[in-house]
Amino acid sequence: MAADVHKKKGWEVPNGSLAPGDGQHAERAESPTPGLAQGTEPGAGQEGAMFVHTRSYEDLTSPEDGGVAARSPEERQGEPAEPTSMEQISKDFSELSTQLTGMALDLEEEMRQNKEGKLEPSPQAARRDSVLSGKEEEDVTMDAWRMHRKHVFVLSEAGKPVYSRYGSEEALSSTMGVMMALVSFLEAEKNAIRSIHADGYKVVFVRRSPLVLVAVARTRQSEQEIAHELLYIYYQILSLLTWTQLNHIFQQKQNYDLRRLLAGSERITDNLLDLMAHDPSFLMGAVRCLPLASSVRDAVSTSLQQAKAKSLVFSILLSGNQLVSLVRKKDQFLHPIDLHLLFNLISSSSSFREGEAWTPICLPKFNSSGFFHAHISYLEQEMDLCLLLVSTDREDFFTVSDCKRRFQERLRRRGVYHALQEALRTPFYSVAQVGIPDLRHFIYKSKSSGLFTSPEIEAPYVREEEKERLLGLYQYLHSRAHNSSRPLKNIYFTGPRENLLAWVTSAFELYICYSPLGTKAGAISAVNKLMKWIRKEEDRLFILTPQTY
Amino acid sequence: MAGTSLDRTHPTYIYKVVLLGSTSVGKSSLAYRYVKNDFKESLPTMGCAFLTQTLCLEAATVRLEIWDTAGQEKYHSVCHLYYRGAHAALLVYDITSKETLSRAKLWLQELEKEFLHDEIVIALVGNKTDLMAEREVTTEEGEEFAKSKNLLYMETSAKSNYHVSEVFTAVAQELVAREGEKAAVQRPAPTDLQEPRGSGPRCCQL
Repeated sequence: MAADVHKKKGWEVPNGSLAPGDGQHAERAESPTPGLAQGTEPGAGQEGAMFVHTRSYEDLTSPEDGGVAARSPEERQGEPAEPTSMEQISKDFSELSTQLTGMALDLEEEMRQNKEGKLEPSPQAARRDSVLSGKEEEDVTMDAWRMHRKHVFVLSEAGKPVYSRYGSEEALSSTMGVMMALVSFLEAEKNAIRSIHADGYKVVFVRRSPLVLVAVARTRQSEQEIAHELLYIYYQILSLLTWTQLNHIFQQKQNYDLRRLLAGSERITDNLLDLMAHDPSFLMGAVRCLPLASSVRDAVSTSLQQAKAKSLVFSILLSGNQLVSLVRKKDQFLHPIDLHLLFNLISSSSSFREGEAWTPICLPKFNSSGFFHAHISYLEQEMDLCLLLVSTDREDFFTVSDCKRRFQERLRRRGVYHALQEALRTPFYSVAQVGIPDLRHFIYKSKSSGLFTSPEIEAPYVREEEKERLLGLYQYLHSRAHNSSRPLKNIYFTGPRENLLAWVTSAFELYICYSPLGTKAGAISAVNKLMKWIRKEEDRLFILTPQTY
Repeated sequence: MAGTSLDRTHPTYIYKVVLLGSTSVGKSSLAYRYVKNDFKESLPTMGCAFLTQTLCLEAATVRLEIWDTAGQEKYHSVCHLYYRGAHAALLVYDITSKETLSRAKLWLQELEKEFLHDEIVIALVGNKTDLMAEREVTTEEGEEFAKSKNLLYMETSAKSNYHVSEVFTAVAQELVAREGEKAAVQRPAPTDLQEPRGSGPRCCQL
């Protein structure tokens, strides 16, 4: 069978091997966690979290959208009274959730199409490369432009183009005009357009006054996930301008051309979109740590902690898109989204490699109305270790710069430079370390710490499009697990090229990908083994003792 | 004056030099060429970048603290932060774009609002002489304007390493020369180099 998608609920797990107490399933609304209570799962911080507590992307989508919709009655009915009578439950389930099935078929169809090897290499060639060489934009009338898998447009409420992922904004002004007309037309009726589904495309609208964000995608992502990415773009714009300034500008002049202010930072937005297509951090709404011996990490954290200054709010050491250490002011929490934006900022600019940068930055989830000043520098020329010191005082450059010097001195004195260098040589671990033959890849997120871990993506996911396909599968499972009208806790997915299993509890989320020849029972035992391994390795893979100044 | 060593015969001075100008005229490239003697296409600067370079002149050792600012419009509101307390400013324009020269002139007006005339050394720098064929601003035009405003003037190319260190050296020499003039008027008390940095504006010790 081409794409045989099985989606069954948690109680299908045989023998209750995942869940010590079977009886716990009776009241899912109250969300009893099988086995692990939140805060005790592997990777949970021992002294509280370092991030704002988030529930993945519901946190992003819900506040302004009026909260996660109340659970539908049919879902309650779908609750099993007796976890043993599987057949009955499955039957009830399929009868009750007709709406879901319709949607699911739609998705399956889409996935099937995608599987037919139509995954062309993502056309990144025509990206604007730098302001210096002038924008090399592609012709929007060409077929190649239409063929992009995901377009993203940002426009003002006056219908003025602000950003387009591909092609020049000018050439697209009439297209954006049409988008704004659609939005306004429905708003006149006291309604709001959320998405259009047609011909394999999803057109998703996100309205964040004074901006309108639109995505035109033919990826397998759900509408909710595309909206989630659009919100990231919105926050990205806020991080450069602040919400206050953005609103002020448009209050002063409704048809202001925002591109003037965003000039030179399109690449940051471009980079964010590319990063979201490759890095599961955004999907998971969590942060990945650089695997590091806990003694080394503690030494780094202590050094960071000691190199403090009055105006410092966060000291962050990162490598690639992985967190090495984070020290924060007491009672101040960083939101993972803000941290992702910082990661993106650093990965999208090479200019931080030279000297020390001192730049205003807004952390929109922390405070969307003001700027922090960030001191950004690399520790050593050849080392991929970037230090970010976030200060409240824009006059404090020399004090903060001195913090960096003191931090480096302490690192040297503690003799951890070498160990850090060693760790940087293998920034990812291999799934082979887990010792489960059929296991190909996994993503494990600890909800209470907001951290996740995942091995390097290895064979058979070698080519770029294969990697994207794997992430696409995770996206699909994630969207099913977090579907706001019908969330799932356990998903078992059988595909022609791999099998996947998703398990979402109130404490953690686990997605595993394993050989297509593996059985479901095999997957269950793999999950058990994997959880034990993560527990064993947790002090290397996670930051268990977050520090404050 | 920013700082002196106790060695009277060969003092050490620390000066803050700020690079100002439109976006992509080559401010970062100039700084990078000067400090690292290398060239690469760089992406727009965020906020500003801080680099230092020490040079030994006959009369003194000079440590230049170079503040390479972002030329993009969204940073203009914070730019005054970066040039405040500067001892010298390089107003950079691109010789292939007349508009960038006008922008440099605007920067000059802003500096004139902030500083008294003898408080700051200003150099007008026409960058990208490697793109001679596309030149829009003649040497004479730049020179004349610089003369009328009493600015140092030089054309440079960060890409082909033409006159880059010369322009910084000229600025440093001018700063040291002014130091001499001031000393003739009044002997300043030596500043302690050990004094922690950032403990108040370092420009107001004059």
